[in-house]
Parts: sequence; structure tokens; C-alpha cells
Amino acid sequence: MTGDKLVVENLNAWYGKTHAVQDISLSFPDKRATAIIGPSGCGKSTFIRCLNRIHETQPKARAEGKVLLDGADVYADDPTEIRRKIGMVFQRPNVFPTMSIYGNVAAGLKLHGGYSHDEMDRLVIESLKKAALWEEVKEKLDQSALQLSGGQQQRLCIARALAVQPEVLLMDEPASALDPISTARIEDLIFDLKNQVPVVIVTHNMQQAARVADRTAFLYLGKLVEVAPTRDLFERPAEKLTESYITGRFG
Amino acid sequence: MRPPKRLRRRVKSAVLLGLCATAVLITLLPLASILLECFVNGAGAITPAFFLQNPPPPCNPGPTTPCPVGGIQDALLGTLLLVVVASLIALPVGILGGIYLSEFQDRPLARPARFLADVMTGIPSIVIGVFVFGIFLFFAEQGWISSFSITSGYTGAVALAVIMIPVVARTCEEALRLVPVSIREASLALGIPRHRTILRIVLSAARGGVITGALLAVARAGGETAPLLLTAGFTTGAITGLSGWTPSLPVLIYYSAAGGYANTTQLAWGAALMLVLIMLLISVGARLALRNKFGGRTA
Repeated sequence: MTGDKLVVENLNAWYGKTHAVQDISLSFPDKRATAIIGPSGCGKSTFIRCLNRIHETQPKARAEGKVLLDGADVYADDPTEIRRKIGMVFQRPNVFPTMSIYGNVAAGLKLHGGYSHDEMDRLVIESLKKAALWEEVKEKLDQSALQLSGGQQQRLCIARALAVQPEVLLMDEPASALDPISTARIEDLIFDLKNQVPVVIVTHNMQQAARVADRTAFLYLGKLVEVAPTRDLFERPAEKLTESYITGRFG
Repeated sequence: MRPPKRLRRRVKSAVLLGLCATAVLITLLPLASILLECFVNGAGAITPAFFLQNPPPPCNPGPTTPCPVGGIQDALLGTLLLVVVASLIALPVGILGGIYLSEFQDRPLARPARFLADVMTGIPSIVIGVFVFGIFLFFAEQGWISSFSITSGYTGAVALAVIMIPVVARTCEEALRLVPVSIREASLALGIPRHRTILRIVLSAARGGVITGALLAVARAGGETAPLLLTAGFTTGAITGLSGWTPSLPVLIYYSAAGGYANTTQLAWGAALMLVLIMLLISVGARLALRNKFGGRTA
């Protein structure tokens, strides 16, 4: 299929002997948000952690299969280069505790090097605006990132990920640690962001998937059960298993 | 039956609380006593001249003979030099070692290295003094260094460094381990290479603990006497850099207190008070270092 930014072919992943992701093939179109849903432990987090090769940084974790970014195999490239192109936002806000708000957003740029001060300033402001945080922090960029609220910290993490100008943005349950108002803000943000970069969002919240995603994939016990346009998946699931999950009969 | 049960619980609680309080008192008593004794006996020796003179010949004051207390000028300088040079060796080695122990735990060398570091912190410091003395003696026998260099400030600094390295490495390791995995992942996920993640993100997040560990090691080295007896030597004369016999505060206290003469005993008390004050200063420094630049406390 043309227009697919990221294509996954026969991906398998293990933690030690646990086969967490089993032979998943899935593609992610450009400028769309794709949600990955499924009950806890179904391998959805492990799956997206394989896409930017952060999975393999854990002890005893390994992955096999193909992940193609614009047709080039992610697993044949330098992992640091891949992680720069495929950004990630985690479940809990993980700001750098000793850095200022500005320092957090600029961290990726600074540690990659090669950016002038003006460029860095411009990218930091641009990223904070994209993450809908600029208005709240523009007066206190040099203050500790830790004094922000949980929701603000998570948007700061999104700004930090956007600052290095990724081509894909992965989000691993980005709102699960946040209150409803902060969650709504993050969801609005995803809705805007997907027009610039394809977004892959893991969520255990089906309403959230329905609100933000164009396409939704359902994973169960490490396998891909079904992937379809979000509306179709929720209204006319092709698989019995999907139907029982979305109607709340298990999970 | 409820009131007696409640009473029994209250009595038990009071007894245990009393035991805890007593234990705290027993712990603090020696400390308070040391501080008090040092102040009472040592404060009198501390005059401007105390910092500008060296130890005098021992004597007891007679009705006509003057018997000066002298000072600690070169011993203080010697201790500073020894600790600075020892830190220059021990801090880089210790911090890099700590990084290895914490960030490369899955490497086969990590476990034995951690075990050895733990054993090393338990080795009596006099043994480390003998060990370093032996090594420099071997160097001299091979003709690599002059035999005059066996007893020198450099040998003393190496001995202190050997004492410091495992302390720095283990505290650095513990501080780095306190940094959550999520911070490392945040950095790696930005495409920041692992070495920069460790040096710029993880080490920075752990800097409070690392600085505390370093100051702890400095304080430990500054108070060591036994390893210096065999390595740095001592002199009541002027210090001549680290290439010769190098006086230090702990060794000065050791020799001055031993004679039983009035003036050197007074000098030893003064020197002891200085040493305690320096340690206190370092520990306050460690606390200040724990405050990060935003005014809050970090790990």
C-alpha cells in the first residue's frame, strides 16, 4: 500500500523466554493516528517499543522481524538514528529532573549537537507551541521542569520529543497517569499532531482510541487480531474476539 | 477486656520508644563528647600563629623557659595537597567504576568488581598503607623510581586514593541506580547515544548523590592516619612539595599526642579540633551540594 510511513512485517519480540509479540504485520499510513488497543499484557507496549528499538535496551529483551520506515529497515540502521526519527512519549511523564523547562525541550538538540542558539530557541518555542504548552510556560522557561503539574510535564515530554523533528511519534498510554482534563488536552493535541506526523498510540482506553484514532488495531495475547478504520472496528468488528473485547465481555 | 489490652499496648509502646531514645543517646554521646573535648582542650591553641608555625620541640613549661605550642601550617598544607592529589586519582577512577557497576550490570566483570569494591572498603587502612609502600618499594628496586621517593607525598596520595576509590565507586553506583529507568529511556528515545545518556543525563540526575559520595570519600581520606605513617612519612619542618616527606594533620596529631609533653599535647588538641572542623565543613558542603540549582533537593 502506498502512503504507508511505517510498515511492520512479521515482528516477534521476547522478554527472556516470554514471547510477547507474535508475528505481527501492520502498517501505519502517513498523517494518520493509529490506536493499538487490547487488554493488559497483550503485548501492545512491547510492540510499539520495538518500532523505535527501545525494547532491546532492556536486559534479556530481543526482537526479530522487519520494521520499514519509508522502505528502509529500521533494524539494519543505527538505533540512535532510528530513535531520533521515531519519537516516543511514555506512560508516565519522565522529564529530566535536573534540567529547566527550556533545557528539557532542548536536550535532544543539545546532545545531538550542530544547532545554533537561534535555531535551538526557534525549535524549542515551536515545539512548545505544538505541544500546547507555550502559553503556560513562556514566562518561566528557566525554571525547574519538576514544578509543572503532571499534565504539563507530559506535554513537556511531547514537546521534547517533537523538538528533534521526528518522522513518526509513538505514544505509550500517554494519558493513563493523568486526570480527565489533562487527558482531554493530550487527546486534542494528538488530533492536531497527526496532520504533521503519523501518530501510533497505545491505549487501554477504548473511548480514547475512538476519539483520536483514524485506524485501530486490536491485539490479544501477543497477536494481532484485527486492524480496521476505527469506526468499522468499533461498530462492525470482523472478529468475534474483537467484538467481545469492545463490548466488555473480557479484558 | 478492652481497657487492659489497650493499657498493655501503651506500656509496650512507651517501653520501646524509651529504648529507641536511649539508643539514640548512646549513639550521640561519643560524638558530643568528642566535639566538646576538642573544643575545650583545643580552642586555646588556635591563634593566628597556629596557622603560621610548625610543631615545636617538645617541652614542659618551666618557671623561666619559654615553651611555645607551635602550629600546624605545613601539616595543614600537606593534608590539603595529599587529599587533592588523591582525589585527582580517585574521583575519575571511582566515578567511572561506579558507572560501570551501575550501567553495565549485565557484563561478566560487574559482579566480581562490586564484590571486590565491598571487600576493599573493609580492608584495614594500615594494610593498604603497607600494600602501597610495598609497590613503591618494588618500583624502587626495579630502578624505576628513586628510593627517596618511596616515602613521599605521592606515595601517601596513592594510598589515600586506594582507600577512596571503592567508596566513590559504590556510592556513585548507588546514586546512579536511584535514577529511574524511565529517565534513561526518555533520553535514548530522543536518539541520544548511550554514552551521552549516561554522562549527560543519568550522571546529571544523580549528581547530588555522586557529590555526596565524593565528599564522603574526601572526608574519610582526610582523617586517615595509618596508611600515611608508612607512605607520606612526617616532618616537623617545612613541606617541600609532595616529593619528600609530607606532614599531615592526622599524623601530626598521632606524634604530638604520644609524647606526653605539655606543649605538643596542646598542639595535638588544636590540630584535632581543626581536623574535626574541616570534616564538619565538608559534610555541610555535601548537604549544600544536595540542593540543586532550583533550590529543591534531588536524589
